[in-house]
Amino acid sequence: MSKTQNISKKQNGVAFLFLSPWIVGFLVFTLGPMLGSLYLSFTDYDLFSAPTWAGLENYAKLGSDPRYLTSLKVTLNYVLFSVPLKLGFALFIALILNRGLRGLGFYRSVFYLPSLLGGSVAVALMWRQIFSYDGIINQFLWSWFGYDAPSWITNPDYALSTLVLLAAWQFGAPMVIFLAGLKQIPQDMYDAAAIDGARPVQQFFYVTVPLLTPIIFFNFVMQTIGAFQAFTPSYIISDGTGGPADSTLFYTLYLYEQAFTNFEMGYASAIAWVLVAIIGLATMVSFLSAKYWVHYGDEG
Amino acid sequence: MTTTETHNMTSDINRITERSKARSKLITHGLLILFALIMLYPLVWLAVSSLKPSNIIFSDTSIIPRHFEWQNYTHGWAGVAAPFKVFFANSFVIAIIAVIGNVLSCSFVAYAFARLDFSFKKPLFALMMMTIMLPMHASLIPQYILFNWLGWVNTILPIVTPKFLAVEAFFVFLMIQFIRGIPRELDEAAAIDGAGPIRIFFSIILPLLTPALVTTAVFTFLWTYEDFLTPLIYLTSIENYTVPQGLRLLQASRGAGTWGAMLAMSLLSLVPMFIIFFIFQRKLIDGIATTGLKG
Repeated sequence: MSKTQNISKKQNGVAFLFLSPWIVGFLVFTLGPMLGSLYLSFTDYDLFSAPTWAGLENYAKLGSDPRYLTSLKVTLNYVLFSVPLKLGFALFIALILNRGLRGLGFYRSVFYLPSLLGGSVAVALMWRQIFSYDGIINQFLWSWFGYDAPSWITNPDYALSTLVLLAAWQFGAPMVIFLAGLKQIPQDMYDAAAIDGARPVQQFFYVTVPLLTPIIFFNFVMQTIGAFQAFTPSYIISDGTGGPADSTLFYTLYLYEQAFTNFEMGYASAIAWVLVAIIGLATMVSFLSAKYWVHYGDEG
Repeated sequence: MTTTETHNMTSDINRITERSKARSKLITHGLLILFALIMLYPLVWLAVSSLKPSNIIFSDTSIIPRHFEWQNYTHGWAGVAAPFKVFFANSFVIAIIAVIGNVLSCSFVAYAFARLDFSFKKPLFALMMMTIMLPMHASLIPQYILFNWLGWVNTILPIVTPKFLAVEAFFVFLMIQFIRGIPRELDEAAAIDGAGPIRIFFSIILPLLTPALVTTAVFTFLWTYEDFLTPLIYLTSIENYTVPQGLRLLQASRGAGTWGAMLAMSLLSLVPMFIIFFIFQRKLIDGIATTGLKG
């Protein structure tokens, strides 16, 4: 048998040797636990005594658990406001930076830095100080406008907004992706549009936007999935409580509380599965909507 | 109107548009720099405040501290129940082991997907890509039950073991993309010389994969270092805490004099991330741009 035949043949033995870490990891840390938590979501389980079958009880309980419903509402609000704000900033700055300015690398690095640090406890603590009653924001409002502002962090009407702002502050990562996408748009497209008499504004709406829709779509899906799972900022800014008055009780924070403070493992599993379902649904709807507004390749 | 006059006029117009273009560029730069300053202001505030006495952090808004209050750092470093050097050591050990795990396991798996032919390749690849989008919360609770049953809670094993099993699939994806860019002729030449897939991987692919390995290493380090939820769940005694948990401990202890210490340690905890950012900023930005990692 010749060498070429050897290469074209399936190499199952050696391939699965290389694949083995992932296969074990997938079975033990992803698929197994997912099925496990699906089973647990139909049980009562406190980690210390054996799980007892509870049928749909956990899921039924969700509808009448006011704190759960609050956490769902808070999280939906957070996603609804933080994702468009963050992507809006990202796109706006990327468009400005893409106009052949000097110092692009410098600006890109500066704007990217917050999204690298933003998920850390240190930044959340910093944010808490900045928006506290005697924080720097209120110092400015007082000394410049004489306005005695409330404590943003401890006021249930504003606490979530500070978290939305913290998310928007981290617009750098999607901005970098937008910039990469903008660079992919060939100059001839603009030249052709200009020859057809398209003004810059028209070029933006008929060339830039359509060709950028796949990137907008990608960023939208990834940021939405990420926003649903945010945990650290809510935990740190609310001191682990989701307060004030549950106004920053993120979905994942309530999940954490049920699982690791109350040891309601069955109930927490149901909460987790509903999150998977919500994220799955949001992703599916995005993909279904994509064919109406996302332009791929030549069909443009 | 003679041609020279027309010519003069157009060149005048050109000069004017040139000048207005230059002016608009200048304005854009000015606005961008202003915006950059606003973006960075919180971090500057953190750095300055960490050097002010706790009782005037909020009353004194000046950007330049009147005198440097190094006590915030010494107090913070001493910590509440354990010194911060313990937390830093724990964080670094975990992050470095995680880097080794991800670099090894993800490169093995990526090689198989990018270069080898095997049964069920397409469905397995699709499955792996799906796990990128899967929320970790779906598997969180049974994982905890599993690690608890193994007696691994309050050790670093629940945090680092999954990294040796290529659980973070986007790094596998990053490497697959990179390996696809390596010319196949290199593999084929080695195969003709009698090298099998294992030798090809170690002597050809792995060395050429270095840039992707560095990107993986840097992101793994940063994300593991700043992760809060996983240590919060698994590391229960203070001597095992990581830096984010140490900061949370300072926050929870809440003495009137601890503001300064907390801000000082917050800033200190960001220093390793700053350093990595300055060294690897190109790699980080390219990594995000080419694969859309979350950053």
